[in-house]
Amino acid sequence: MADNAAPLTANAVEIDNVVKRYGFVTALHGVSMQIGDGEFFTLLGPSGCGKTTLLRCIAGFEDVSEGAIRLHGQDIAPLPPHKREVNTVFQQYALFPHMTVSQNTSFGLLRLGWSAADAEARAKQVLDLVQLGQFAERRPGQLSGGQQQRVALARALAPRPKVLLLDEPLSALDLKLRQAVRSELKAIQRETGIAFVFVTHDQEEALTMSDRIAVMSAGHVQQIGTPREIYEAPSNRFVADFIGETNLLDVTVSRVADGAAEILLPGGARLSCPAALGARVGQGHLSLRPERLGITISGQGQLQATVEDHVYLGTDTQLHMRLGSGEALVVRLQNGAGAIPERGARLGLEIEAGAARLLSD
Amino acid sequence: MAGGAPGGASKSEIYKGNGPKLLLPAWLFIGVFLVMPVAIMAIYSFLTKEFRGGVIWEFTLAAYDQFFLDRGLFGDEPPSIEWTYIGIFWRSIWQAGLATVLCLLIGFPTAWFIATRDVKARSVWLFLITVPYWVNLLIRTVSMKFLIRDTGPLNEFLLALGVIDTPLALVNTNFAVQLGLFYSYLPFMVLPIYAAVERYDFSMSEAAADLYASSWATLRLVILPVVKPGIVAGCILVFVPSLGAFLAPDLLGGAKTFMIGSLIEEQFKGAAGNWPFGAAASMILLTIVMGVLLVHARAQTKGER
Ligand SMILES: Nc1ncnc2c1ncn2[C@@H]1O[C@H](COP(=O)(O)OP(=O)(O)OP(=O)(O)O)[C@@H](O)[C@H]1O
Ligand SMILES: [Mg+2]
Repeated sequence: MADNAAPLTANAVEIDNVVKRYGFVTALHGVSMQIGDGEFFTLLGPSGCGKTTLLRCIAGFEDVSEGAIRLHGQDIAPLPPHKREVNTVFQQYALFPHMTVSQNTSFGLLRLGWSAADAEARAKQVLDLVQLGQFAERRPGQLSGGQQQRVALARALAPRPKVLLLDEPLSALDLKLRQAVRSELKAIQRETGIAFVFVTHDQEEALTMSDRIAVMSAGHVQQIGTPREIYEAPSNRFVADFIGETNLLDVTVSRVADGAAEILLPGGARLSCPAALGARVGQGHLSLRPERLGITISGQGQLQATVEDHVYLGTDTQLHMRLGSGEALVVRLQNGAGAIPERGARLGLEIEAGAARLLSD
Repeated sequence: MAGGAPGGASKSEIYKGNGPKLLLPAWLFIGVFLVMPVAIMAIYSFLTKEFRGGVIWEFTLAAYDQFFLDRGLFGDEPPSIEWTYIGIFWRSIWQAGLATVLCLLIGFPTAWFIATRDVKARSVWLFLITVPYWVNLLIRTVSMKFLIRDTGPLNEFLLALGVIDTPLALVNTNFAVQLGLFYSYLPFMVLPIYAAVERYDFSMSEAAADLYASSWATLRLVILPVVKPGIVAGCILVFVPSLGAFLAPDLLGGAKTFMIGSLIEEQFKGAAGNWPFGAAASMILLTIVMGVLLVHARAQTKGER
């Protein structure tokens, strides 16, 4: 990479308390995050939570209402989009229909003042990277959706931006293609060492591809962490519920200290489990991952529940159960030699290590 | 339209397959009402004129001879090139071209403005653009004359402001004809460009800016090429009728601004007319227009590849 000014910080992007208002609508309420050099960073959240808005603020298509965005330590507020060393892969590709794939790819290079020969050579190199070398002379209209998506990627990669922004680039692809492009994308990211800011509302995509994930909801950042941290140590109810399946139980907390809590389960059993930062004594919410609950043959266990229904899912079976206290609970059992419990059976449940976590709200 | 959206290059086979049968009524209509009149004109241009208008069925090249060749007052001198009509044609082409350029310069920003309003405002603006055209062209051209004549509101206004001391002599000038043509055909420029800009996907402009293109480069390299079919359609729709226009030159111009349309019109009016000559002039005009369109179509298909 051609970094003349020595970066003061290893962060490719710093987002510092950014607020974005559209008239009376506030799309971002003071969002902060640091994205490292060469990091695959994902913005994950439900529709309308402000992911696209944040990307557009970084790219310069929207001005932030408050706060600052820095690129390698430099405040980019005064720079118009065409002066920011950031490229975007648009959700709907936005390819130039009147140009060939090769012309699309060298467009940014020519604007940066590259010679035609250099630009063409670089375009060829990037098109080979995304395995589109033989399509260089076609027009976007003559390509499949997946190929167009890769042209959009090549076009954005060609100028070697400091940061690449990707707004749900895989959403228009079918499942097979999406999986193929996913691993391709990840490989390209490793190869180029460019920081990727990747937007998705698909949690599986986020978990499998990212170095770190920022979970967003309604214009707020809920949690930032590695996929493992996000999945295994969700900090609040929103994250626990949004990432994977979970059971949320109302419990009484008797003690919280050093990241662990003593709680009283419905039905009277005591449990000590990890606690999220900010968890308090009193009433609290417990997250129980369904795949880490085991049924006991003896009927003994920390929880007692009745089977109401079961759903066969291939590798797993999902048991819909009800606790004595009336709360619903889902358990996931791996299908094997063992028999599936009948409807109406009363079972004991063991909470395995790592299944339970006390949330902050 | 060629050069449009992605995938626009090849139409589905289904449409091709049913084409011939479904197109039959259209072919019949075009054959009877479009090709036949042109064919009649072509034949008439080779007939002999009758003095009270009309034709005698004797084939001759006299009309074309009269158009291109000067044989002296009594027709007995050795032929030299007759510049009168070629001059009129040349001036007409020039006038129509200028009108097209003016319409484009004003029409493009206008169309852009309308296409970038929100949906409700767009239909209001489009309606406002077309309102004057509900009035007959003749009436509008006459009122244009009232507007710019020596004692008209424009001159009165400028006099009152003290910008000028004597009224500007605007009527019977090229300027007046230009104004008339521009005013007559502006919507034909605005509407196709509007349609193209409305379909334009503005995320392409964002993509261009994202790839380091300034606003000017974005306009030149992305917007104009993508909306080009609309621009070309607008230019053709303005240029072609401007070339054959006779109302604006008749009413707003004088002898010095005589255009093809008026020349042809005269040949078919009253006893002084000369039908074969008018038909020949029409055929020559048609040939020029077809030539221009053909060159354009050639360039277009070459650009596609
Ligand atoms: N131009 C705008 N004017 C007004 N409100 C807007 C505008 N753009 C976005 N919003 C609002 O800002 C909020 C965030 O929108 P944004 O497009 O960032 O969501 P998103 O997280 O990208 O959602 P999705 O997953 O559906 O793409 C939404 O409530 C949206 O309605
Ligand atoms: Mg979005």
